[in-house]
Amino acid sequence: MIEIDAITKCYDGQPAVDAVSMTVESGTITAIVGTSGSGKTTLLRMINRLVEPSSGEVRINGQSTREEKPHLLRRRIGYAIQGHGLFPHQTVARNIGTVPRLLGWSKDKVRERVDELLRLFSMEPEEFRDRYPAELSGGQQQRVGVARALASRPDLLLMDEPFGALDPIIRTRAQEDLRQIQQKLGSTIMLVTHDMEEAIRLGDRVAVMDGGKLVQYGTPAEIIAEPASDFVAHMVGDVERPLRLLSLLPLGDLVEEGEAEGEPLPAEASLREALSACLWNGKQAVPVERDGKVVGRVTLDAIRARAGHHG
Amino acid sequence: MSIRTAGRGLSPPGLLFAMLGAAALALPFMTLSPNRIVSGQGVAAWAVAAPGIALPGLAAVLAGLVLGLAAAYPKLRLAGALAGLAGLLWLLSQGAAALLDGAGEYARVSPAAGFWCLGLVLMLQVADAMATLRPGPGLRALLLAAFLAVLAAILWSGLLSDLSVMVEYASRARAFRDATLRHLGLAFGSLAAAGVIGFPLGILCHRQATLRGATLPVLSFLQTIPSLAMFGLMIPILGWVGATFPAARAVGIAGIGFAPAFLALVLYSLLPVVANTVAGLASTPPAALEAARGMGMTAGQRLWQVELPLGLPVILAGLRIVLVQNVGLAVIAGLIGGGGYGTFVFQGLNQTATDLILLGALPTVLLALVAAIVMDILVELARRTPETTP
Repeated sequence: MIEIDAITKCYDGQPAVDAVSMTVESGTITAIVGTSGSGKTTLLRMINRLVEPSSGEVRINGQSTREEKPHLLRRRIGYAIQGHGLFPHQTVARNIGTVPRLLGWSKDKVRERVDELLRLFSMEPEEFRDRYPAELSGGQQQRVGVARALASRPDLLLMDEPFGALDPIIRTRAQEDLRQIQQKLGSTIMLVTHDMEEAIRLGDRVAVMDGGKLVQYGTPAEIIAEPASDFVAHMVGDVERPLRLLSLLPLGDLVEEGEAEGEPLPAEASLREALSACLWNGKQAVPVERDGKVVGRVTLDAIRARAGHHG
Repeated sequence: MSIRTAGRGLSPPGLLFAMLGAAALALPFMTLSPNRIVSGQGVAAWAVAAPGIALPGLAAVLAGLVLGLAAAYPKLRLAGALAGLAGLLWLLSQGAAALLDGAGEYARVSPAAGFWCLGLVLMLQVADAMATLRPGPGLRALLLAAFLAVLAAILWSGLLSDLSVMVEYASRARAFRDATLRHLGLAFGSLAAAGVIGFPLGILCHRQATLRGATLPVLSFLQTIPSLAMFGLMIPILGWVGATFPAARAVGIAGIGFAPAFLALVLYSLLPVVANTVAGLASTPPAALEAARGMGMTAGQRLWQVELPLGLPVILAGLRIVLVQNVGLAVIAGLIGGGGYGTFVFQGLNQTATDLILLGALPTVLLALVAAIVMDILVELARRTPETTP
């Protein structure tokens, strides 16, 4: 568990981050989202003390980060940044092994870990181990950057716009990969992004920053359904809001008794999928199945009512 | 491309070399003088020896220039240039023997303008062909070693011992060896000292903008002092130090000699070493440095593992400037008793003995050339890892 307690950073008397407090559960992804100048990156960099807080403190599993030398603290917190920051003069294997080497792991242990990570990121170790960063595609560089950040099995992984340099098509793919790997490893991730879409897709929790303050901190559904301020509402985007909400809600919530024609949808599918199935087939309702058995239907009216409720 | 099609496959630089070479053939190829001081009589290339001996050499030179015209065959152009150089060597050695035959006990023969111009043109042809062939660093090192071996073999064989410059050498073999050692000591010693002072200074300047702002202008100013004035300035300063501190005098510090020359060279070397160290360290990609810090590298680890390896090519390029510059500048050390090849140059100037000047100048040029090529190879080796992302 990561506890951020009234952390503040002032530059020339002006607060860049103003008394932000939040608690992050282990094994979750927290997305910090905001415009440029909102203080989101400063907040992230205070966690591994790349920026020293003016006041307040951060506790990782109950231990204050101030009790440790900054460079030792950083070795147990993964760090991945926009544009990957790989060392151009070192091979992929050497790049990934950076922190384990700093921690004094044996050569065999480092090599084993590097191969394990490359396989985890679906890169064949024999093929990629000895390549240089310049010989990789943008997506591969980004994956090596994340693999390097995870190399020493850190308590926490900080990511600053990790997908910012990727083109939109690979970006979605990279986000899915990260989500899968996070679930497999159970890592705790805090990532900074300016893209609300990315925050909602990736975050278990979303923290919205504006003018150095934490304006809302909640699940993606809460952020979309009940934006705490006009700013948050604006970030989410009014137009697409109902649809975004629908894409987050499972069908199961709205199942009612009754018959419907057509292919049944699984109960875990989203309301958005049900809406498009209805509109596509020109039907008023769609059957819902659970474990292969039809358990009822979801009507177009019910979906509309749900979307309209928050619209 | 349009030039090439217009010239029907002729190499534009090759054409220029051929024209310059043809013109150079009209200049006197060698001079014959009654003794080492008076200026002599120019002799044309075809007249240096009996036609049967001179013709093969002339033919080789002309063939080399003609082969240099073939734009599409850089290897042929290289081979032509080498054949031409061999022809020049043949004319020089055969011509020297033929001209001296019966010319008197004190007579001297020297290469003249025609020889030097043809030699330069053919060397440019070699360089031009090499630029097209782009040999790797290993092959370049091998070619350099082969060139030096051939040169050594020619000098050892006595093929050129009739030439005036070699006669000057023969009477000064021991002094020449001492001068060589002293010259190398001045050039490489000042490089090493500049490195010992310059690297740490460069690293500090990289870290602290205020120090950088104060240091670089001072070093730039030092660089603008004319070399003669710099060596001259060292005389009173070190003279005073030597006269005031007996300990300094005991280790050989005095107004003239090795110490002032060495110090002047070190001062000249500081700007390239410091400026290139700063530039090299600053060339590290900011994202890589940020990542290094974020992963928990200490300042020292970032310097040794990230900044220095990435800045190495630029830093080595600074050392290359220093080495080539100091090989040349060390000649002036001869003026203040610092020794080195400059001794022969200034003795030659005083005696108006051109060939004695050459005895100092030619090895200096050769040394600078070899130093430049070796350093270029090192810079390229340091650059081996891919630099930019695709």
